[in-house]
Amino acid sequence: MANLQSNFVGIKSPNPFWLASAPPTDKEYNVRRAFEAGWGGVVWKTLGEEGPPVVNVNGPRYGAIHGADRRLLGLNNIELITDRPLQTNLQEIKAVKRDYPDRAVIVSLMVPCEEEAWKAILPLVEETGADGIELNFGCPHGMAERGMGSAVGQVPEYVEMVTRWCKANTRMPVIVKLTPNITNILNPATAAMKGGADAVSLINTINSITGVDLDVMAPMPTIDGKGTHGGYCGPAVKPIAMNMVAEIARNAETANLPISGIGGVTTWRDAAEFMALGAGNVQVCTAAMTYGFKIVQEMISGLSQWMDEKGHTSTADFVGMATPNVTDWQYLNLNHVTKAVINEDDCIKCGRCYAACEDTSHQAIEMTEDRVFRVKDDECVACNLCVNVCPVEDCITMRTLAPGEMDERTGQPVAAEYGNWLAHPNNPASQAAE
Amino acid sequence: MTNSPLSEGIVGGRLGPDQLADNFGDLHPRLEDHEALVAADRCYFCHDAPCMDACPTDIDIPLFIRQIATGTPEAAAKTILNQNILGGMCARVCPTETLCEQVCVRETAEGKPVEIGRLQRYATDTLMQAGVHPFERAAATGKRVAVVGAGPAGLAAAHRLAMHGHDVTVFDARQKPGGLNEFGIASYKSVDDFAAKEVDWLLKIGGITVETGKALGAGLTLEALKGDYDAVFLGIGLGGVNALGVDGEEKGGVLDAVDFIAELRQASDLGDVAIGRDVVVIGGGMTAVDAAVQAKLLGALNVSLVYRRGRERMNASVFEQDLAASKGVRIITNASPKAVIGNGAVREIEFEYTDDDLKPTGQTVRIAADQVFKAIGQTLEGAALPETERGKIKVTGAGRTSVKGVWAGGDCASGGDDLTVTAVAEGRDAAEDIHAALTA
Repeated sequence: MANLQSNFVGIKSPNPFWLASAPPTDKEYNVRRAFEAGWGGVVWKTLGEEGPPVVNVNGPRYGAIHGADRRLLGLNNIELITDRPLQTNLQEIKAVKRDYPDRAVIVSLMVPCEEEAWKAILPLVEETGADGIELNFGCPHGMAERGMGSAVGQVPEYVEMVTRWCKANTRMPVIVKLTPNITNILNPATAAMKGGADAVSLINTINSITGVDLDVMAPMPTIDGKGTHGGYCGPAVKPIAMNMVAEIARNAETANLPISGIGGVTTWRDAAEFMALGAGNVQVCTAAMTYGFKIVQEMISGLSQWMDEKGHTSTADFVGMATPNVTDWQYLNLNHVTKAVINEDDCIKCGRCYAACEDTSHQAIEMTEDRVFRVKDDECVACNLCVNVCPVEDCITMRTLAPGEMDERTGQPVAAEYGNWLAHPNNPASQAAE
Repeated sequence: MTNSPLSEGIVGGRLGPDQLADNFGDLHPRLEDHEALVAADRCYFCHDAPCMDACPTDIDIPLFIRQIATGTPEAAAKTILNQNILGGMCARVCPTETLCEQVCVRETAEGKPVEIGRLQRYATDTLMQAGVHPFERAAATGKRVAVVGAGPAGLAAAHRLAMHGHDVTVFDARQKPGGLNEFGIASYKSVDDFAAKEVDWLLKIGGITVETGKALGAGLTLEALKGDYDAVFLGIGLGGVNALGVDGEEKGGVLDAVDFIAELRQASDLGDVAIGRDVVVIGGGMTAVDAAVQAKLLGALNVSLVYRRGRERMNASVFEQDLAASKGVRIITNASPKAVIGNGAVREIEFEYTDDDLKPTGQTVRIAADQVFKAIGQTLEGAALPETERGKIKVTGAGRTSVKGVWAGGDCASGGDDLTVTAVAEGRDAAEDIHAALTA
């Protein structure tokens, strides 16, 4: 069986699955349960500075998007950082770390944007024996209004500055958690790196309104007739998160910056995908909040089985393996031609491929009287929409045309050589370059 | 309780009231809200959906299921009722396993179709229980249409005609409208007096007068109706019952299954319905199954359903056959009745085994019977009807008979299966044709 042992910026954990800073890691009781269930590590829910604890709303804190059968696809929250006294959290962190020395315990922090505030809290955390800290520069609601969370994360100069303060004032590894509520993830990532961050973790939650109560005419979750944007997470945000991870991983300047991948990780496969794009490990929240801590057992067994099948002996083997294949559109091979193929034996004749193609795409699927569906190669542009809407796994696939084979749509044989937009005759720039 | 399943003869009260109430409860209760959402989620919203094609009334099934899934069962009900005004009853009695659900792509994919029938009931019940009638009459046309027969075909025709602004008079031989919905289907498929409630709901459209106790040959003649009305629709069903044509058929205890089913449906106390200890039902259709199952549910000790051909030829669907078997009905196939034996009243009935081509094998069997129900088909009754073919009123197009100004639909008319849903479709389509003719 593959070894899932993980070493992320020197922080060891028996597997690469950490619980993200969030309600599941808010107190000792939960974290002990998580470790008993098998989680490799936790990022303890964000601590604030000493003083009166923050106050949360007393109405609903979460809103959700559901798929078929009420599967939770997206979750948003308006909860703030921990609302428990700092000393209580510190004592519990210490107790847990003492009892679970093999697990990673990272402490998420958010204090005002003043060096003194950071200088004050860092030794207290260090004293617990925690393995590292994560700077919460991502929380998009509530705390941001007080100049913390994403209010810091959205200003690269602040990111760099606070990171530097932390690096100067602690021996613990510093992970900087990035907000996706920016235009270019490379700016805060680069800033964190310049500030000396050991790693970045991303993404934090996305500004969102998950629903509108049409009776009250207010956003949900609704507190006494009003709502506010919350932070969106869960399976729905995974594609956004993976793109940001990949952008950092493939950017020359940040390529060696370790990444802890966060955003909708629900299964072992999600984790493998994040890691293939360059994340050294992953953090999970919504999946645990939806199904409980036991899901980590599937993540462990699934990743392990897949690694065995692929011959990977450690997680480091495949971290970043897909990164070189993330490129810009202009480098895609325009001479690569595929056609959709419908397996008539697997087809259940729902006709969704036909409706999608006929109504909204390229009229490239024909439907016979007795509901046999076939792709018209002379119309198919290989857009993949039929594959995406088909309810049966692998019923519709994409066949790659071999070099020399006729593309019936263009009437041209498929070229053997690579040819991208930069060299394409339709590209004015390609002519100018000659 | 004085009687039991073991009591001899044809007697009531074989089971106690609680057991009877339990036995005759709703076969498929209405889905709860959560169940409906889960069931609706399984629909793939197929293009040109096979289920729609399979529905004799062409209900837009994917659309109504999507309307349920999005929290608007009332809109779903309107989608259903637009096509099938008796969508509530059809949701209960349609053999969906041989219609929409048989062709559901999830039957193909997983051997488990979307529960279309039960979802339809969920939608229609929601609307009807709210007392909403979602259709309005068009401006009065001043035209008058007579509808003979207040069964599914007649009611569907009457509603559609009234909606188009015509004044409709519906005649029915019985003392209550509803036809087979009221008198001819198993009790557990239409509990809580649903058939009567549905008729009341349907009549909310307005413009429909119901006159009971009147039939062709009993207070009405087609000739007079043609004179008094601008158009006539015949939805008179099949009033006669086929005879066995064997010795002893006249003996006591040998009855028509349709009469038994009607008596049971109208009984105010199921404990009063007399049933034999050893019941034999002859036939292989829905009526035979309804009679056999209900005989068993009333407490008959032994109930046999005997059909002259193989199971695959039975008109009753596999679901109905399995239902009968699960209730303890013994299904005997490839056996034709030869003689009813008994001294005054039936004591046994003799069958001869046949092959699939009905060729006698010479082997016989006698089955103890103190009550025999005949369910081997019904026949058209009535004099001075339009031209017939193969025992039914011949129709072309949307129910046009050989007589100008007279339309027909439902079981009495040629074409289509003898199903409630088919009758509704034919009544509706004839009404549209009548409307076109009257407003041309």
